[in-house]
Order: sequence, then structure tokens, then C-alpha cells
Amino acid sequence: MAPVVPPARTEGPTPLFGAYGIVKRFGAFTANDGVDLEIRAGEIHALLGENGAGKSTLMKILYGLLEPTEGVVTHRGDVVRLAHPETARALGIGMVFQHFSLCENLTVAENIALVMPKGLGGRALKARIAAVGTTYGLHLDPDRPVWSLSAGERQRIEIIRCLLQDPKLVILDEPTSVLTPGEAELLFTVLERLRDEGRALLYISHRLDEVRRLCSRATILRGGRVVGACDPRAETARSLAALMVGAQVGAVTAPAGVATGPERLVLSGLTLPAPGLHGTALDGISLSVRGGEIVGLAGIAGNGQAELFDALSGETLAPEPGMVRFDGVESGRLGITARRRGGAGFVPEERNGHGAVPTLSLSANAILSRHATARLSRFGVLRRAAAKALARDVVAAFDVRKAGPDPAAGTLSGGNLQKYLMGREILAEPGILVVNQPTWGVDALAAAHIRQALLDLAARGAAVLVISQDLDELFAITGRIAVLHHGTLSPAAPAAETTREALGLRMGGAAPAEDPVTGAPDHAREAAHAH
Amino acid sequence: MRIDLTPRTGRSALMDALSPILAFLAALVIGGLVVAALGRSPAAAFVTYFMAPLSEVWSLQEVAIKAAPLALIATGLAFCYRANIWNIGAEGQFVVGGLFGGWIGVAAHGIPGDPLWVLPLMLLVGTGAGMVYGLIPALLKVHLGVSEILTSLMLVYVAELLLDYMARGPLRDPAGFNFPQSVTFDDAAHLPYLMEGGTLHAGVALAVAVVVLATLVLGRTLFGFAVRVVGASPRAARFAGFGDARLTLAVFAVSGAAAGLAGISEVAGRIGQLQPSISPGYGFTAIIVAFLGRLSPMGILVAALVIALTTIGGEGAQIDLKLPLDLTRAFQGLLLALVLGADALSRYRVRFVPGATA
Repeated sequence: MAPVVPPARTEGPTPLFGAYGIVKRFGAFTANDGVDLEIRAGEIHALLGENGAGKSTLMKILYGLLEPTEGVVTHRGDVVRLAHPETARALGIGMVFQHFSLCENLTVAENIALVMPKGLGGRALKARIAAVGTTYGLHLDPDRPVWSLSAGERQRIEIIRCLLQDPKLVILDEPTSVLTPGEAELLFTVLERLRDEGRALLYISHRLDEVRRLCSRATILRGGRVVGACDPRAETARSLAALMVGAQVGAVTAPAGVATGPERLVLSGLTLPAPGLHGTALDGISLSVRGGEIVGLAGIAGNGQAELFDALSGETLAPEPGMVRFDGVESGRLGITARRRGGAGFVPEERNGHGAVPTLSLSANAILSRHATARLSRFGVLRRAAAKALARDVVAAFDVRKAGPDPAAGTLSGGNLQKYLMGREILAEPGILVVNQPTWGVDALAAAHIRQALLDLAARGAAVLVISQDLDELFAITGRIAVLHHGTLSPAAPAAETTREALGLRMGGAAPAEDPVTGAPDHAREAAHAH
Repeated sequence: MRIDLTPRTGRSALMDALSPILAFLAALVIGGLVVAALGRSPAAAFVTYFMAPLSEVWSLQEVAIKAAPLALIATGLAFCYRANIWNIGAEGQFVVGGLFGGWIGVAAHGIPGDPLWVLPLMLLVGTGAGMVYGLIPALLKVHLGVSEILTSLMLVYVAELLLDYMARGPLRDPAGFNFPQSVTFDDAAHLPYLMEGGTLHAGVALAVAVVVLATLVLGRTLFGFAVRVVGASPRAARFAGFGDARLTLAVFAVSGAAAGLAGISEVAGRIGQLQPSISPGYGFTAIIVAFLGRLSPMGILVAALVIALTTIGGEGAQIDLKLPLDLTRAFQGLLLALVLGADALSRYRVRFVPGATA
């Protein structure tokens, strides 16, 4: 591994923009914890990190959308206060967002005119759009309505909007997440051209191969802190992955040994189109989970976790019934209630508004997922006493802390609501349980409680599938781990034979050359080009 | 300058209860200022609008008769609006209910012996016709993705013209000296009066019964639960397994049926025959009533009485004080805007962010 240079104050020329000692707290949560970052003119600087590492917070601070709790931002060595995006734009900072803010019904030129100073419109604007388009190879018909454009073309509008203001620094937030590989290539050409003109680019991504191809410097964030700075061209995908997910390569023990129960949850070639512009298509996902085992799905958010969860729960139906089989029953075309009646349980990632309705009471939220499986209605009439009793049982069994006898779900803390939602499903003794991010945003004690409940459920013979971004969690409770990347699933490998490094590499989209998920030594540098 | 709305953390039940009352008082103050600006005494206007209709038995009955169709239609609409489905065509469903139910009454004209089946059949056909008519936009939405707002609204005009044609054409009383109206219903086709010599008919009791029933359905049944969950959180509703399409059809059926029942009650109760027009816009006013009543059936009953009161009072004000009828409409609109505004203010804190643009 190449040496990791700690983020040092400038030795060379004064950086174009600098951020020093940036701390940003949201209540008790610290999103950025003493972050230093220097961006020089004429470089593409990568900001690397997993979801939740603090990349977005830092980016918003630089663009004036958030003010730091502590720390300073400098422009050519002078301290500046970026209270508002207009201030940032005046200093020459432009931003290309991951999620576009375009009006579908307006044309390209109209969308650009919306953000330009007043008085610039019509023919003059179209001429400038054409000029920028020719210079950078960003070809767009200014009269096309936005709804008729592909994701890549829409992104060009955002880039042109940004370039028309002649920025010194362009921040790009995961710009390739919505692009096809061909569109991404075109984007890289544009970015290299901008760099050669002496502009600085801050490139936010977790895709290792892109960063190694494009960027000359990288700052790596983990848990809100800078954990390394390096020249990604001199690194391997493996070493970058290790920095990104944490380098501890420790031996882990599979908790349940090898599961020998019957195959209870089987996916065969599950394929689904992307649900929208920002969704991920699922591509031939195959997986089998046996009774008595917990299988983990690792992956960085946005790689198809939500789509896969919906396909498993029945909120999205599969194109073929046989693509999803629960206990041998072809369930791909069954709705969620029928799947629950067949003995499956589901806990989604989002607690408020998906797993629970925050404004409804706990007992009403018990009805939400258990109305068919706990007989909480008779001839269409709710059995409210039975629902209250079920809620009380869940609260007692999972030590849910709450105020009042039957409070609204939204008044519970995240950890307690998650315990409630887990308990609601687990008390049904499901034969198959699918959980997305079981301990996301949950304190350590509640997380331990939830993990133990999952282990106990598997020990009683259930097949448990855990989708999680938390590798520690997956290593702690799962017997096998597969990686979801770009809507495809790697084969599940025994957790005991897997390393964080190998998982991190796969999560970043670089396949190790040898055995896909085991940590056998390989030549990651070559392998990084495989994807 | 930008205006931010931040949710209030502690919502007090007291403020929730007080906010419509405060809104009503504010509407009174503003309405009083307008009356003063028109050169009339606000105190006299207050008496004419709000006290006079409550002071005599006949006008009390009129208030109840006007409130009944509003409450019926709005209660049905509450199911739609709670589920974020926008049925704007209750007026059409009302008219269709009145037309087809009334058709039975016309057809049964002259059958001797006042048979007992006529009235129940009229109510049944009227309700069913409203339901079927309501299902048209629902089916278009579910199967073709057509906006229910447009189709339900446009079907209002279809219904009105159909009634107009039928009342002037095929259903016209042949012995009616060419007046554009049907025969007057026999007693068997008339909703019975609740008071000797009064105008209060059984349609009012029907409306109250439906309001009570709707309260139970919304609060105590799985269907009502599904409606509430869809409105509060569509994603959670899918997670619960409450299908979008089935629910869309169901809430349109419920609101269409309620509007149809209101239509036939109006025809078999107050009017007693088919005329080219049977509604002074009840189906549209009911939209206001539904939101004034915060989409709860009991609240809707109160709101319907308030709107009916101001309408009757407005007629009095026209005669006694020469105040324009538009003033009544303006007051009703003002009341709605203020109630919704007060609701928003009790839920959110307003913050002005100087120097920023949205």
C-alpha cells in the first residue's frame, strides 16, 4: 500500500479554496469532525467515502448551503463566510447536484434562463448555450423540452448552467450515479477539459475506478473525519477501499456455522427495470437463504437495496412468479399481504412513512403490517383491543421505551421505534424475515438487542436476509455475505472467509481478480479495470 | 426575503380545537369591516346573518334542509380527500342520483294504493346511479392514468345537460302546459315529513345517520384505516398491502353513492318532481364544507350547518339590508381560507429569512 499522507497545511502555492477544522453538528450528531481540505486550481480533487461519511455535509458547507459549527473556509488564503449559495457563486463556486432541479415542461434554454441573471434570455442566451456546447462538447438542442431528454442530457443542462457563470471551482456530487457508461465517458472528457483550463473540480464519489482514472488528489472521509489523503493514481483500488471502509482486516467467526436447513427464500434471476430516473434496475439477482442462517447483503446505498427490498416484500411485483420463491411457493406475483400470510415478515429501511405512520399510535401501527396475520380485523371491523394487546406484547418483549400507554409512533426515538418495528414482525414468528438496515441510526445498546433478536430468530429455524451498509454488523451476525452493486449481486461467500477489504472493493465496483469475495491476494490494480 | 415554515414540536390539543373558532371570529371581524365599508351596520348584518335564521322554526328547518345535502356529499368526499383522491365531480354524481332516482318516481306516478316499495327503490337507484357515475373517473384513473380531477369535473356538465334534456324532453309532464318539469311525485314517492305541517323531511335524518355511520367506518373498520393510512403515508399504505387501485375505486364509489343519495333525497324531499336544475351547486359547496370540517364526518356536520346558516342568513340580508349575495359567497370563501390558514399556523411556525430568495 502506498503511504498515506496526512492532510497537511499548504507547502506549495496558496490553495484556491481551503477548509480548515470544519466541524458540523446536527444536535448530538457530528457529521463533520475537524475536516481539513485544500483544493488547488487545475486539479480534480476526489472526496471519497461511504454514505454517511460526511461528504455531502462538507460539500454543502463549501456551497454555502450549510454553515459550519466550527472552522473556516478560505479563498486564496483569505477567510470567507459562505452564508448563502449566492455568496459561494459570487466567489466562483459552482455545483452540479446529484438530483437535478429541472422543470420537465420547460425547454433546455428556459431551464437555463431560470437561474441566470435577469435580462439574459432569448437569442443571446441560446447563442451562449451553443458556444459553451461547442467548446466543451456538451451538445444540446436549446429548444428541446426537458422531459424528452435522457439523464445524461439533463446533467449537461446542469453543467452548462454552472459553466455559464464561469466558475473557478466546480463541485460535482456523484455525477455518474445516473449515467450510462458511455455518458460517463463523455462527462470525463468534459471534466478533463475544465481541469486543463485551470479550473478546480471537487469530485464526490465512492466509485474507485473513476476516481483513479480522473483525480490527482483524494481526501478520504470516514465517520466525519479525514482518514487519509493520497494521489489515487498511485493507489490500488484495494488500498482506497481499505481506507474508505476502515482497514481493520480481522478474523471473524460465522455465528451459526454452516446452515443445513431447507432453502426457504430463493431468488432466481430476479430482474426489474429501474422504477424512475434515480432508481436502480435489478439485473439477474439469484440468491438462496436456508432456514437457520442469516445472509447479509452489503453495498453502498443506491445500488438497488430499496428496489430489492420492495421486490422481496411484494410492494413491487416481479415479472415472473418463479423469480421469488418463499418456502417453495412461487411468490413473485403475490402482493405483500399474501406473502405475509405465507409466513414472511419485512422491516424496511425507512421507519417513518414506510414501516410506520408517525402520526398513528403504536397499536394502529401494529395493524399496519399485522392486520392479516394477527387477525386484527373481523368482518372488516378492527379489533382495537387485540391491536393494543399486540402492541403491549411487542413493547414488553423488545423493551421499547415510550411515553404514555399508546403514543404516536413519531414520538418514539429512532432506536425505540426500530425495536418496535422489529418486534412487530418477529413476534409473528416469520419463517422468512427480510430486514433493510436493521440498526441504521440506532444507538449501540438497541442495536445489540436487535442483532440478538435476529440471531435468535434464525436459531429457531427462520431464514433471515439482512441488507446493511454496516460491515461490522454483517460480520457480527451473518453466516454468508453477498455484495449488491449497480443492481447486480455477487455470489454469497462465507463471512468467515471474507475480509472487509474484499467487500469494500466490490462495493466500489471493482471486482477482485480471484475468488470474488474472499480476501485471497490478488492484483487489484488490474482488477479495478474489470468493471 | 424567504418565508420558511418549520413544524411546531409540541402541538397542543387546545390550539387544535381553538383554531377553527379563532378563524371564525377573524372572518366575522373582516366580514364586519366589509359590511361597514358598504355603508351598513355590521351589528345589524350580524343579527340578520347569524341570529335571525335561528330565531324561527321555519328558518331553522330551512337551515337543516340546506345543511343535509351538504353534509351528505361532504362526508363522502372526506373519504376521497383523506386518501388524497380528488373527486371534484360530486355535483354531477348528485344530479345523476336525483335524475335516475326521480325517474322511478315519475314512472311510479299514478300507481294506485301508494305502494311501499317506491321510495326505497328510488333511494336505492339514486344512490347506485351516483356510485356508478363516480366510478367512471375512478376507472379512468386506475386503468388509463387519467387525472380524476379533470374527468370528474367535466362529467358534472354531462350530468347537468342530461338532466336538462330529460326534464324538458322524455320525462316532461305531458299535461303540464309545456312547463319544463316532470309530474309531481305521488305521496309514495315523497320522503315523509318529520314535523306536522313543516318542511323538514326524512332526508335530514338520513344525512345524520350517514354521518354517524361514516364516523364508525373511518374509525373502526379496516377500510377506514386503509383510507387514513393512504392519506397519511402512501408508502406505508403499500407496505400494509392496501392496494392503490382498489382503494381509489372504493373511495370514489363511497363518495359517488353519498352524493347520489343526497341528490335523490333532494328530489324526493324538497323538490318533489324533476326539474331542469335540481342543485344550487351543493356538490361544489360541499368541497368547502369537507375541508371546513377538516375531513371528519362530525366536523363536516357542524361545517354544513354553518354554511347553510350563512346562506339562509345571506338571503335575509339581501332582502332586509340590500346586501349582495356575493357577500355571502365571499364570506364563505374567507372562512375556508382562514380555517385552513389557522390550521397551518397551529402546525407550523413561520420564520422570515431576510435577504434570501427561495
